[in-house]
Amino acid sequence: MPFVTSSKTQTQYDVIIVGSGAGGGTSAYVLALAGVKVLMLEAGRNYDPIKEPAMFQTPAQAPLRAASTPDKHFGFHDATVDGGWTNPGEPYMTRRSDKPADTFHEAKDYVAFGTKQEWIWWRPRMLGGRTNHWGRIALRMGPYDFKPKSRDGLGLDWPFQYEELAPYYDKVESLIGVWGTNEGLENTPNSPNGTLLTPPRARVPELLIKKHAAKLGVPVIPSHMAILSRRLNARKVAANLHPDHPEAQRISAEEMNKRQACFWSTPCGRGCNIKANYQSTTVHLPPALASGNLDVVTDAMVRAVSVDENGKATGVHYVDKKTRQDVHVKARVIILAASGCESARILLNSKTERFPNGIANSSGKVGRYLMDTVGAGLNGQIPALENLPVFNDEGAGGSMHSYVPWWLYKEQLAGKLGFARGYHIEIGAGRQMPGAGSFTFMDSVAPGSYGRQLKADARRYYGSTIHLAGRGEMIPNDNSYCEVDPERKDAWGIPVLRFRFQWSEHEVKQAAHMHQTFKDIISAMGGRVLGTPQTDGNKAIYPGGGIIHEVGTTCMGADAKTTVLNPYCRAWDVKNLFVTDGGPFVSNADKNPTLSIMALAWRTCDHVLAEMKRGNL
Amino acid sequence: MTPTSTPPAVSAEIPRISRREALQWVMTASATLALMPNSLSAADSAAPVTAKPYGTDPLLNHTYKPGDLWPLTLSADQRLTVSALCDVVLPADDRSPSASSVGVPDFIDEWISAPYPNQLRDREIILNGLASLDADSKKRFNGSFAGLEAAQKTTLVDTLASAEKDKTEAAKPASFFTTFRDLTLTGFYTTPAGMKDIGFIGNMPLTRFPDPPREVLEKLGLV
Repeated sequence: MPFVTSSKTQTQYDVIIVGSGAGGGTSAYVLALAGVKVLMLEAGRNYDPIKEPAMFQTPAQAPLRAASTPDKHFGFHDATVDGGWTNPGEPYMTRRSDKPADTFHEAKDYVAFGTKQEWIWWRPRMLGGRTNHWGRIALRMGPYDFKPKSRDGLGLDWPFQYEELAPYYDKVESLIGVWGTNEGLENTPNSPNGTLLTPPRARVPELLIKKHAAKLGVPVIPSHMAILSRRLNARKVAANLHPDHPEAQRISAEEMNKRQACFWSTPCGRGCNIKANYQSTTVHLPPALASGNLDVVTDAMVRAVSVDENGKATGVHYVDKKTRQDVHVKARVIILAASGCESARILLNSKTERFPNGIANSSGKVGRYLMDTVGAGLNGQIPALENLPVFNDEGAGGSMHSYVPWWLYKEQLAGKLGFARGYHIEIGAGRQMPGAGSFTFMDSVAPGSYGRQLKADARRYYGSTIHLAGRGEMIPNDNSYCEVDPERKDAWGIPVLRFRFQWSEHEVKQAAHMHQTFKDIISAMGGRVLGTPQTDGNKAIYPGGGIIHEVGTTCMGADAKTTVLNPYCRAWDVKNLFVTDGGPFVSNADKNPTLSIMALAWRTCDHVLAEMKRGNL
Repeated sequence: MTPTSTPPAVSAEIPRISRREALQWVMTASATLALMPNSLSAADSAAPVTAKPYGTDPLLNHTYKPGDLWPLTLSADQRLTVSALCDVVLPADDRSPSASSVGVPDFIDEWISAPYPNQLRDREIILNGLASLDADSKKRFNGSFAGLEAAQKTTLVDTLASAEKDKTEAAKPASFFTTFRDLTLTGFYTTPAGMKDIGFIGNMPLTRFPDPPREVLEKLGLV
């Protein structure tokens, strides 16, 4: 009885997990396979990852050639339903650069770049959360990334080193399947031999970028993607992950065997019903459900954690969206994995007499240190790629086969760059399926062309454009945070969040450096930039939240006075309350956070299991 | 970038991450082009769009046709003009059929009939542009655009197109010609015939990702 309604839940669980994405999925997998009775609450609807994805649909089969609309922000065939930059009935407030300071306005924009909102918040409301949407880019943080303050004096240090999380990266990569190579580059960790899957060949434009970027000292290497380039060796992987637990091995291997290797087509963001890529609903939840130890309630909008007179968590309150009833469920341990900001919102809304500022908040840091990833991008048109012979260069899922890791650590540490933290470059290129707007760039390269000439131009230019996107580290600052709005409530009667967000000079200069690099690479290739390279980073940088990497809002640390969570992501103030989403992050390295969320969640759940065994929970 | 009628440049040729970049232009376009109704415009005389949006949870794994989700707009005469103009923009040649023969007019009608801000903006541009084109056609050649000789059509379209060539990128407004051409390109190259014409091979499962032809690598100096 895995998917249950509110009336069918048990009276008491060992653990309640709020959220079903990367953090919640990992938590459910680790705990349920270890024999713990788990209830998962998801604010959105149930989702069938086998039947629902429109994998091979062409744009012409969708309304408006599948163009983005206010209902489907990433295009019609994107897997995400009931989610995006705006959610009906669930407003949030933000300051705007075009309105007086200290006034908050309801966020209404559904396109990130160019918004006047200080913060733009992307929320999925469906089983699997953001894992339906993410780019499957799976990068390990490196040794420097855990001790940034020790290295350059800025931001905060994590309460442990890379070596502490490394074994959990190993486990996560083994289970979800990540392709990539060990390059031995600075602060770009290798994985143990045999962990990574063989990457596919580079796409042709990626090879050309590599050739010309080398002249600039910019390295192009195989990407690390959570996509199976071959099937997993299920028995071996499961045996390594669950050495003392034959039943867990059997269940894990059985579900792993249902995953097929990538067939080198269709965008990952539409979902993958052969289970070749990682998403929570195809990798983490099936074995957790198969264990018989997991119940899931969907359409369950958690509003607060309940605590007893001793300050111990007793359960959570949620609004059942189907019945609009307020429901209370109980457990010995509460794990929040609702996303950085949503988990902070739940804590802040869990006010009691004893905790007037919300629970787990004696430090006052819940909602603070809100971080996103620095983003900026440019398109280029490359004459060398024009009029190529026809061939299949589609590859895996619209995802990059190659990327550029940050390459200027030494120059940066020597103070030569003017900004403190690095970025990597994501490459978009190849002969992909045309969609709405694919040829709009011809307004720049072939203005006024029509007739037979336009057809000839389309043949000439198709496949000749590249996109370079920088994804960089942000340093936490005091001007970026979320808090509960004193007045506004959502459709469920739950107080909403309001946001303030500011980039520092480090991020703004980094964005300008990105544009300069992209321009240099495109020029080195003999190409022309489409659009305007900006020397003012403020004109290049995405708004806060635009890259959908919200982290830091329940930060962990070694000091209960200045952090929300202890080094095991356990609330200092509430000993049976844990957070396993991006909230515990102390810094936000350029290595996109999902893989680290999963590694951290696994480590936290191992700690929960050990503490349960010791009788401490 | 140029304000355009569709999510722009390379949006579908690149991964989802970069699609975000692409979407910026839609945003810019919708922010800068106020919907200023002209009381005499053709757009005004068409019935207002009152249809419901498809909502945040539409059935994805399904084939939709123009007209399935909201009523279409074009009158019989307007359709003739759209078809004729589509085929001047993308005529049949030895590699692929004409735009009108693969349903591009249906797509344009669906687009300008949709209950969304970018499409409502384009509705004004397209309906007014069609009216203006037919008016010019009557004035200069004494007949509606669809009925003109090929050379006469070319004369009229040349006037529209040459204006685009002279504009600097930054100064370009979303003109009728550019909007119509962008929609025609989108409509055509998302059909099987259009994909075949430009040489897209994909959207099919493979057991292995094939190596590129040696000819390609040689041409690029990658051997």
